[in-house]
Amino acid sequence: MTPSGPAGRAPGAGDGPVPPPMPKFATAARDALADTRLRRGLRSATEAGRARQAGAAAELDDWEALREAGRAIKDAALLGLDVHLEELERAVTEAGGTVHWAAGAAEARRVVTGLVRATGETGVLKVKPAAAREIGLDAALAAVGVTTHETDLAEVIAGLGAVPDGPDAHPDPARIRELFLRGLPGAPPDLTDDPADLVAAVRADLRERFLTAGVAVCGVDFMVAETGTMVLLESEGNGRMCLTLPGTLIAVAGIETVVPSWTDLEVFLQLLPRSSAGERMTPAVSTWTGITPGDGPRAFHLVLLDNGRTKALADEIGRAALRCIGCSACLNVCPVYERTGGVPYGPVHQGPIGAALTPQLRGVKSAHHASLPFASTLCGACADVCPVKIDIPEILVHLRGRVVESRRHRPVPSPELLMMRGAAWTLGDRRRYETALRRGTRWARLLSRGGRIRRLPGLLGTWSDARDLPAPPAESFRFWWAGRPSRARGGRP
Amino acid sequence: MRVALFVACFNDALFPGTGRAVTGLLERLGHEVVFPPGQGCCGQMHWTTGYHREAADLARGFAAAFEGREVVVTPSASCAATVREAFPRIARAARDPAIARAAEDLAVYELSEFLVDVLGVTDVGAYFPHRVTYHPTCHSTRGLRVGDRPLRLLRAVRGLELVELPAAGECCGFGGTFALKNADVSVAMVADKVRHVRGTSADVVCSVDNSCLTHIGGALSRLRSGVRVMHLAEILAETGPG
Ligand code: SF4
Repeated sequence: MTPSGPAGRAPGAGDGPVPPPMPKFATAARDALADTRLRRGLRSATEAGRARQAGAAAELDDWEALREAGRAIKDAALLGLDVHLEELERAVTEAGGTVHWAAGAAEARRVVTGLVRATGETGVLKVKPAAAREIGLDAALAAVGVTTHETDLAEVIAGLGAVPDGPDAHPDPARIRELFLRGLPGAPPDLTDDPADLVAAVRADLRERFLTAGVAVCGVDFMVAETGTMVLLESEGNGRMCLTLPGTLIAVAGIETVVPSWTDLEVFLQLLPRSSAGERMTPAVSTWTGITPGDGPRAFHLVLLDNGRTKALADEIGRAALRCIGCSACLNVCPVYERTGGVPYGPVHQGPIGAALTPQLRGVKSAHHASLPFASTLCGACADVCPVKIDIPEILVHLRGRVVESRRHRPVPSPELLMMRGAAWTLGDRRRYETALRRGTRWARLLSRGGRIRRLPGLLGTWSDARDLPAPPAESFRFWWAGRPSRARGGRP
Repeated sequence: MRVALFVACFNDALFPGTGRAVTGLLERLGHEVVFPPGQGCCGQMHWTTGYHREAADLARGFAAAFEGREVVVTPSASCAATVREAFPRIARAARDPAIARAAEDLAVYELSEFLVDVLGVTDVGAYFPHRVTYHPTCHSTRGLRVGDRPLRLLRAVRGLELVELPAAGECCGFGGTFALKNADVSVAMVADKVRHVRGTSADVVCSVDNSCLTHIGGALSRLRSGVRVMHLAEILAETGPG
């Protein structure tokens, strides 16, 4: 048994690590909205990201056809997931690797922790840490005395305390320099805030670790079933060293990352770099298959992580979210993310796709998870840019339905439920609707001053905190219509 | 042509001027407008907020009210998108294919689509001597894909000075109940929209969804900016003196 978190709560109580209780999206967003530095960083980073993606996509005449191919390949791969995963397992095993299946985060933590302890190492390098973060690996390893080291520049910065979590908060170079001078071993005192200088400082620190590390834990972008090959894209090349220098390499991969063949991969090697950083190709694309004697790691382990994915797969509408290739294009175009950053979405999957995926993987019981599908105006910008054409708004609306249904039969109905039911009851019947129009108009006019309403009651109060409402007219459209001379109203009523 | 007007409940109650403008405009162009009185709400708010059973009931009501109408025109892009895009989904959620069939049988047009595509007009003979900027709403562009139809109509209005809105395609932050549930983010979004609007020095913000205009206009009004919001139909209905 492995302690599953800093609080030391016994594992098995839940399927995930002990999460600090996350507030609702709207609550967490408030802090982000008030953070001037974060807002500025997000604005410039997302703006630049959008422009790069648009430029890189526009370069290809067949971009739309590629997106369609990406969608179709992923859909087919997900439909035959069991077959592809078994093929992958066979190929990885034949190539000298070992495959482990983890149904949940606790199981994955147990497997990885066991593997690390068996090596006797006390430090672990991390590359592409999203999957490790998903299973709460850091805390589990810390509990058995193993330290984890980030190797991705953004993660190193995040680890030094620029942001409470994740690489998505876009601190500015001046802030990064401050952090390095304070927390990065061996950072030269004359460090400037030139990005090249900053990268060099991290690299000097990391090189030392690369050369001495015995174990690395990585995520992957794709797994090619036919040959058992792992594919990892990263921009700094640090990852590549972690994949080759340590004696033991452990990959933790979501089962949805499998693609059947190299022909399929070709499509994604065009879609992903252009959608994520607006590049024709990501600077470092690593592929490896099992182990090669005399070259690279002596042991390779692949932990195949389900952790809610097969549950999502069973949902006809929600499953489309599993097509995600993790490019972040939807984050960059999202007007909500641009203002809140990633933190309010929770630690693992952020932005619009996080709002569509997390409630499927983790359920909608907690107030935080239940709030995620509502963290969108449904403006559709994400669906328009997604390289695998995930209709994120459709999934969000679907999940909103799930949240509402899960709370419909509570002993005390929520004010919202009562209001929505009342509205449907009124709007659904002509007589009730017309009565409400007459009365509502009269009431609302009482609230107005000088043609505008400045304060609304109850649930509507959050509107009038910052926005007026025009005073309702003396006469609704239908009463005006009814009062027209009958000749003007046309033949059939 | 005989046109059934779907005014949308929101407009019915709060913006009757938009319905009157559509009526006046279409009649001026020589068409007959009828108002099926059984119409209420298409179910959009309930659907997007997750109240899918209620949305199905409202969608059925909509279908009944418009049954047998050949051409339905609405001055609400989001309601047109609801019928065209969401009704099949509402039908699926409610396991009631009749809702999807009703949507298929109806030709529901948003006003600018109807004018440009069906009637083939861009110059409707309007006169509106003001400085106007246009906000393309999310449902009209990314849902219905109306493209530049509203702009073509506005460009043909005599006296109207059309100024381009920077970052026009960005959502205003309304999003139905999003504006209440995530009020802070919503306000942060409309603040930027308002900044862009004011940067144009336009007197009027025009759009094809009164819901978004209520949001943008609500913020403009709170700031006492003096900038007005107007539905496209209301501008197109203006003929000025003579
Ligand atoms: S959902 Fe977002 S991150 Fe995933 S592939 Fe689509 S655009 Fe990229």
